Amino acid sequence: MTQIFDETGVAIPVTVIQAGPCTVTQIKTEQTDGYSAVQVGYGEVSAKALNKPELGHLAKSEAPPLRHLQEYRLDNTGEFELGQQIKADAFEVGQVVDVIGTSIGRGFAGYQKRHNFKRGPMAHGSKNHRLPGSTGAGTTPGRVYPGKRMAGQLGNARVTVRKLKVVRVDADRNLLLIKGAVPGKPGALLNIVPAKVVGQKK
Amino acid sequence: MNVQEVIRSIEAEQLKDDLPVIHVGDTVKVGVVIQEGGKERVQPYEGTVIAMRNGGINQTITVRRIFQGVGVERVFLVHSPRVASIKVLRRGKARRAKLYYLRDRVGKATRLKQRFDRPL
Repeated sequence: MTQIFDETGVAIPVTVIQAGPCTVTQIKTEQTDGYSAVQVGYGEVSAKALNKPELGHLAKSEAPPLRHLQEYRLDNTGEFELGQQIKADAFEVGQVVDVIGTSIGRGFAGYQKRHNFKRGPMAHGSKNHRLPGSTGAGTTPGRVYPGKRMAGQLGNARVTVRKLKVVRVDADRNLLLIKGAVPGKPGALLNIVPAKVVGQKK
Repeated sequence: MNVQEVIRSIEAEQLKDDLPVIHVGDTVKVGVVIQEGGKERVQPYEGTVIAMRNGGINQTITVRRIFQGVGVERVFLVHSPRVASIKVLRRGKARRAKLYYLRDRVGKATRLKQRFDRPL
């Protein structure tokens, strides 16, 4: 992340995202697949990094060997053709987008880290430092309710950050500057889509 | 181009290269751009630099002054376009990086010795 200054001099925190170039690798239509979508590939690798079925699939669209494939459901796929390049200028400045990624994994985390529980006293003879306390009532109901917050895997999960604003589009270098933070470590793969607003028709 | 170079190139467009060398303890005059009813004007703000934070484009200085008997501290993003100018008026002698102890002092005790080995 970095920050840039807008026209009025306000500092805006932005994440710099390499957005593309992506290649359209498959177009799915109602007749052939039962739904319409475009499949987009990103991340050029050497041919030996992929197996033959993957290379064969990419060869149909004459795309270079690509690491990641992602499908986007569309009502109308007419404007896309096989092998077409999708670049950062598919987005425009001011557009509101959702950014989907994998959050930073924190492993098996305890109650304080995972659910922001309070900890016990560290001194005065207390032996309860980071324990959960009670997980529920006794004989009735005789079980722990589903959804009880406990220790477990934290992070490394699919996370959507919604309604982020595109601050700048650099078409030459395929860069997007998006206001705010996005999931994952630097270098992680992200999925950027136009914002899905609840209650609003497309 | 790797990630760091890309970010640096974006920041480089906005970095000011005409900033004076500022040290903690200096007395500076900062020209602040203020918008009033569609008009812009530059308002000077003068005080002692009591803290600096170096961070490329995020570099800030904290300037303290006593205004009408009340201590006022303002943090300026020095590379911001809202900061029109920075001028060093006096070089002060400070033996630490953060002069937060000045907050507890009033009157003559807030003065810093002037040093003459650094050019203005």
